[in-house]
Amino acid sequence: MPAVLRRLKRLGARGSHFGIVALFTVFAAFPFFWMVVTTFKRTPDLMNTKNNPFLFNQPPTLEHLRVLFFDTLYGRWLWNTAFVGVLVVAITLLLAVPAAYSLARLTGRGGEQLGIGIFLTYLVPPTILFIPLARVVSNLGLKDSLWSLILVYPSFTVPFCTWLLMGFFKAIPRDLEEAAMIDGYSRFGAFVKVVIPLSIAGILTVVIFSLTLVMQEFVYGMTFISFASQYTVSVGVPTFLVRGDVYFWGSLMAACFIASVPIAILYNFFVDRFIAGFTVGAVKG
Amino acid sequence: MAIVETRNIKKYFGDVPAVNGVDLSTEEGEFLVLLGPSGCGKTTLLRMIAGLEEPTSGEILIGGQVVNDLPPRARKIAMVFQSYALYPHMTVFKNIAFPLKAQSVPKETWQSKVEWAASMFGIEKLLHRKPRELSGGERQRVALARALVREPTVFLLDEPLSNLDAKLRTSAREELQQFQRRIGTTTIYVTHDQVEAMGLGDRIAVMNQGKVRQLGTPQEIYHEPADTFVAGFLGSPPMNLVEYDDTIVGFRPETFLPREVFGVQDDLVAFQFKVTRIEYLGADRLLYGFLGGKLADAHVISRLPSTVTASIQQGETYEFVVQAKDLKFFDKETGLRTGPRPL
Repeated sequence: MPAVLRRLKRLGARGSHFGIVALFTVFAAFPFFWMVVTTFKRTPDLMNTKNNPFLFNQPPTLEHLRVLFFDTLYGRWLWNTAFVGVLVVAITLLLAVPAAYSLARLTGRGGEQLGIGIFLTYLVPPTILFIPLARVVSNLGLKDSLWSLILVYPSFTVPFCTWLLMGFFKAIPRDLEEAAMIDGYSRFGAFVKVVIPLSIAGILTVVIFSLTLVMQEFVYGMTFISFASQYTVSVGVPTFLVRGDVYFWGSLMAACFIASVPIAILYNFFVDRFIAGFTVGAVKG
Repeated sequence: MAIVETRNIKKYFGDVPAVNGVDLSTEEGEFLVLLGPSGCGKTTLLRMIAGLEEPTSGEILIGGQVVNDLPPRARKIAMVFQSYALYPHMTVFKNIAFPLKAQSVPKETWQSKVEWAASMFGIEKLLHRKPRELSGGERQRVALARALVREPTVFLLDEPLSNLDAKLRTSAREELQQFQRRIGTTTIYVTHDQVEAMGLGDRIAVMNQGKVRQLGTPQEIYHEPADTFVAGFLGSPPMNLVEYDDTIVGFRPETFLPREVFGVQDDLVAFQFKVTRIEYLGADRLLYGFLGGKLADAHVISRLPSTVTASIQQGETYEFVVQAKDLKFFDKETGLRTGPRPL
């Protein structure tokens, strides 16, 4: 019965397709679910190993959120993180976009090697760099100031983002820029009017990537800043919500959840942009 | 409208010459075709005229003005790329209006200018679409409309038909020629396709290895080739080239015919022709084989139109003739054309 077989085959294919998607969905969503559940669980419910950990065995509570917002400087840390994040993203774009364009277009074959060289600097871990950089920061008089982070964070966001953007710029056919240059723009004009709009996916990736790096960075934040009021989320939360071997799980999870939601939303908004074959139709095809 | 002139222009990529001393001058409103095999430097020459490549030495003049130091945007040229280079993030309307915007043309006039350019190519209905929603032929028209809208003094076209299928290419060729005649703008057109070149060009510059080998009308290029390269590049099949002493003798396959085709004429040169293979192509028969006698073992081709009904058998030897005026002679060393001599 080939018809029945074909039907079965199709069903099987669809089934495994959905199965895989479901698996990844669970994998991706589970941490969020866990954070939300833990945020609203009473501590005795949380600590009792006999309880079902996935459900509320006692009525939910807002106690952990109260601790987070009123007993710590969490609001302030969120603000600090956003402040550093926005400025670091701006600096990264300002440096990485022209650098990547130059490397992709103007430096000939050496550009590729130079790009890889720049990327390699990203691989030097902060655990090696934080001691010398601490000297630099202190000599500049930026110790305990958020500006120390704004100065140091681009040292890892710029190399990676330059390398990332190089790929995007290379994917844009040269003809398009040349057409714009013949149509009446300078190279810079062609870059702004044609290349930037076409690499918007790359630029958004850079924004999100830099923001994520800033939000999770710990070593520099810990080393350069010792006032609680100047902490970022990634330093403040573990410092104040882990006291000795007492973990304030509910508040910890709440803090992580609140900090991760904006990034998750940002990703979801622009996921199409990341994936879309944006230059389709530009050249023959 | 303007005259484009290049004076001893050279372009080296490292040590490799891509364009090696080209002197070329268009006429007012002319359709000039740069024809040559890939890698002959024709596209590089066009890009230097456009200002996208900087010449290593030499001068480029547009409308009598040296433009070497002018950026592309200041040369009053328009270029159509092989890939069309439409801006994928803009609608057709915005694509066509893009040069107007770039040159700060008042916004009120955009609508009428874009509509005019679009109407020249019959694409008024496509103005709201994106390039990815267009077929190859439509994209090509949009690219042409975008080039036209700013009313340039020179059109530069880089193989604009090569991405179209064969049928569309024929009609696009016709449209392109009509359009050029109508607007009368000097046009330089790059192609490796000899049919396109012969069909479109007022004059053709045949290029090879960075040099112009011959510049002339399609008739001159075809019937009076300046050297063996031009003779061998044009025509399908190309000219038969046969070594004879210190010269090379050339004759077109369609002039190499059985004796009986000609009546009693005294300017005929006869050859013994052993036919080894016959290709029947409908309108023509192609005969492959070898010459006998003093040009022994030279491989040649004859093209018989279907009006020649002589029966030809594979493996047989026949007497074929060429009219003396159709024999071309070339120097064996240089490949250059020389005067006629007796065979």
